[in-house]
Amino acid sequence: MSARPRLERRNRIRRPIATLGRRMIDGIWRVGTITRFFTLVLGSSGTSFARFRLVMREVYFSGVLSLVIIVVSGLFIGMVLGLQGFETLQKYGATESIGVLVALSLVRELGPVVAGLLFASRAGSAITAEIGLMKVTEQLSAMDMMAVSPMARVIAPRFWAGVISMPLLSALFAAMGVFGGYVVAVVILGVDNGAFWSQMQAAVDFRYDVLNGVVKSVVFGFAITVIATFEGYDAPPTAEGVSRATTRTVVSSALTVLALDLVLTAFMLRNQG
Amino acid sequence: MPPEILVDVESVGFTYDRRPVLKGISMRIPRGSIVAIMGASGSGKTTLLRIIGGQLKPNEGRVTVAGRSVAELPLDDLYAMRRRMSMLYQFGALFTDMTVFENVAFPLREHTKLPEEMIRDLVLMKLEAVGMRGAHRLMPAELSGGMARRVALARAVVLDPMLVMYDEPFAGLDPIAMATIGTLIRTLNHALGSTSIIVTHDVFESLSIVDYLYFISDGVIVGAGTPEEIRRSDLPYVRQFVHGEADGPVPFHYPAPPYPRDVGLVQ
Repeated sequence: MSARPRLERRNRIRRPIATLGRRMIDGIWRVGTITRFFTLVLGSSGTSFARFRLVMREVYFSGVLSLVIIVVSGLFIGMVLGLQGFETLQKYGATESIGVLVALSLVRELGPVVAGLLFASRAGSAITAEIGLMKVTEQLSAMDMMAVSPMARVIAPRFWAGVISMPLLSALFAAMGVFGGYVVAVVILGVDNGAFWSQMQAAVDFRYDVLNGVVKSVVFGFAITVIATFEGYDAPPTAEGVSRATTRTVVSSALTVLALDLVLTAFMLRNQG
Repeated sequence: MPPEILVDVESVGFTYDRRPVLKGISMRIPRGSIVAIMGASGSGKTTLLRIIGGQLKPNEGRVTVAGRSVAELPLDDLYAMRRRMSMLYQFGALFTDMTVFENVAFPLREHTKLPEEMIRDLVLMKLEAVGMRGAHRLMPAELSGGMARRVALARAVVLDPMLVMYDEPFAGLDPIAMATIGTLIRTLNHALGSTSIIVTHDVFESLSIVDYLYFISDGVIVGAGTPEEIRRSDLPYVRQFVHGEADGPVPFHYPAPPYPRDVGLVQ
């Protein structure tokens, strides 16, 4: 057997392993870079709090402008929960518990998670695209040459605005969902009004349910905005680079939110038991 | 008495991705002068500007501005120095979410605590100098390329810098806009008593406004002189550049295997 086919065969086995190894090393590098970026953002956050106006402006762009999608989605999801829950609970003659079902699913899970996914696709993608394009058009570099740190002036305000907006949006989502469930169950399907609210009030615990939901949404807020700002800041300064970074923001934020949700839920249920 | 040297570039070398971009560049730029750094696209001119501005660190040699080594300055001192130097970017790099007025006011608002009326007066004064006062309410997207660059120029000089760096200020402009920018660079340099470094590949415009020119090719200085000396120069690279000849020391062809072999005429 000549040396050449053997070499080729060996390469055929080696190459995928090498590719896998390279991908893993790249991935680990990336985690390191994101962590470094995160500490830099935290380190340059002084300006954001000293000039809170800068953060409020970004709260308007990522929070207030996300209101429509959050309110409408919350309402619809609450209504669907009402319909589905009513159908199932009817079999056990427990339709009055519909309020509990709707409220618990929204406050514990759907509120933070769905609001997080919507926030990532509505505001996260916009943050990445804006920062990426500022880089393409040399605005970040120009700011740096004017002795104004882009980290402090551009990145940190957007980061904190996301962290502030996310729990508020999530709470609003849950509230709208409960209202949607109320409309379907009480107004349309005729569940007793008093039972709907009183059962909900008795079963939903402030610490275990509401506060844990808030903790989740705060964690998601951190995760989504770190990813969105990092992807924008790290994007190659080309049209293709920015479009890929925007896609990556949506995909990795969604996966991160879902993975974090599993971990947080496991911890929270364990503590409760 | 010889003029004071503001920017001293001492045998600077810079490598990017193991590819040498600059190899032992030295130049001394006297205070108050206008100097052009010329060369073909990709010859490392912009890299040199970024090294002078402290955005990149050289692998070899050093750059001193006003007597201080830029690469060795801690961030706070570097930022303090950058308040006294500014850079005009090729496409202006205006902040697209602010009006023309706010763009020019940006360095003042970030670095000073001046009262609003004074900021207004200063901004309108600089905009008047570049002929763009009437456009102060417009957004950058509403300006043409030449107008955007004039606004960026007003922003670059709003803090009265000691050093202004221009990255391709003439690229992509029509002849009228080009002459306007050229005149502005000259007059502003005089009026502010600053020093200017222009990175460009536009020969005619620069020959008419600068005091001294450097030619860079493949990361080394291949020619230097006053506009008069450059016009008379018989250095092959300078000749090719000044007279715009297609072939010469800079080859017309991108490096490639022999043509007959690529089209399959010979094995």
